[in-house]
Amino acid sequence: MNDRREFLKSAATVAALLGSSRIGLASMLAQHPETGKSRVVVARDTALHGTGSQPDEKRVLDLLDRAMAAYTGREKPVEAWRRMVPPDILKNKVIGLKVNGLGGKGISTHAALVLAICERLQQAGVAAGNIVVWDRNARDLAACGMTINTDHSSVRCYGSDVAGFEDHQVQCGPANIRLAKILTRECAMVINLPILKDHDQAGMTFSMKNMYGAVDRPYLLHPNNCNPGVADLNCIREIREKVTFTIGDAMSSVYQGGPMFRPEHLWYPNALIVGEDRVAVDHTAWQMLDSKRVEAGLPKLEDAGRMPHYIETAADATHKLGVNDPQRIRLIEV
Amino acid sequence: MSHTRRWMLAVAVLAIAGTLVCTGCKKKAVDPFPATNSVAGWEKTSDTRTYAAKDLWQYIDGDAEQYISAGVVSTATSDYKYQGKLEAVVDVYTMSDSAGATKILDAGQTKDAKSVQLGDAGIAYAQSVTFRKGPYLVRIVAYESTPDGPQALGSLAHGVEAKL
Repeated sequence: MNDRREFLKSAATVAALLGSSRIGLASMLAQHPETGKSRVVVARDTALHGTGSQPDEKRVLDLLDRAMAAYTGREKPVEAWRRMVPPDILKNKVIGLKVNGLGGKGISTHAALVLAICERLQQAGVAAGNIVVWDRNARDLAACGMTINTDHSSVRCYGSDVAGFEDHQVQCGPANIRLAKILTRECAMVINLPILKDHDQAGMTFSMKNMYGAVDRPYLLHPNNCNPGVADLNCIREIREKVTFTIGDAMSSVYQGGPMFRPEHLWYPNALIVGEDRVAVDHTAWQMLDSKRVEAGLPKLEDAGRMPHYIETAADATHKLGVNDPQRIRLIEV
Repeated sequence: MSHTRRWMLAVAVLAIAGTLVCTGCKKKAVDPFPATNSVAGWEKTSDTRTYAAKDLWQYIDGDAEQYISAGVVSTATSDYKYQGKLEAVVDVYTMSDSAGATKILDAGQTKDAKSVQLGDAGIAYAQSVTFRKGPYLVRIVAYESTPDGPQALGSLAHGVEAKL
């Protein structure tokens, strides 16, 4: 871990990797050009955790590479990342990594995944200081195993307790909320790194729900099982346009009792769920969660009265955030 | 003594008496968190953080709704470490009455929970202990599974119970 952390502090490797060809824009990848289907990759490694509670770092990097290769069709990690990040952003703009540490140490976005992505981004040409790992606050980031750092010479890491929220309020359904300045002012692009969890209110929390960590008063969006709160929030321009790619952490998960850590309901799917269509990603994650619940003898979320209706809402003609129809999702499992 | 002065004196006496009575009645603040090594092997590794009901979302996001509907008044939490290795968190929810604590405990119970003698009622799993005592609902969660974890968590739970 220490070697990897040191690596993140060094931008020396970046320059040598700049200059290779960059192909296409991320938006072109979301739907398959011939089938029109949204693509979602589920990459698994059953040996990811070994005997410990933390995943093996090397295996996480390999899993990420496999997921990116399957999604982009580029075997070499550097090429895969250059296909996902637009050239102008790659060159000199800030990329945010929105993690989720709300559940506490036992059920937060894994540091190993964050470090692996930082490593690959730098190899693809992003300067270390142009990467910001962020969440609500220092406590949540600590739960992910991250250390606060605002030094521009290395990968930065801080929350909205440091950067603050916009004074200007944004209408989000019936609620008025303020957006995190990290999102509005710092980042040109955000890669969403949620962790898969059961959620007492929303039914399930993953890609779209993770954006609750980007606003000042998320509780205003909780009524009616977060529907249409989640969909409305993801329609806000800054979120819709900047948060373009999800690398979902389903390496460990809680299938009941979330969103907080409930070790009695901890489960290791040992997977990453990757895609640009946030609705399709959430739909896929929901199916995984429901399958586990059935296996554990629990009712599906719908039968438990906590169906994540917000996924359907996000796909409707008003929100148009993506697709939730399985016939229109091309699921690639590797 | 003039009528006015007698009246002012009476008001002053009543004010002083009222203050004394209120001070005496004030509920003694409960600190449920055992200090380092007051329970063998356990170190209190963080300051106590307290959340009023309206701010509970800052700590547990959407989970706050079920506590609010059960009448939570405030929540206090602190981190602990056992023998320098096993990390755990202790959450103490102060509800408006014991019915609220009962509601939360019952809602979180599954068939594989083990009943334990703690407070008015308690349950345990391999990495967690939850119990209620009067209006208090206590949940202790360890972040890892270790062979001595269940016994250590039980000891810490008894330490908390003794302070409620």
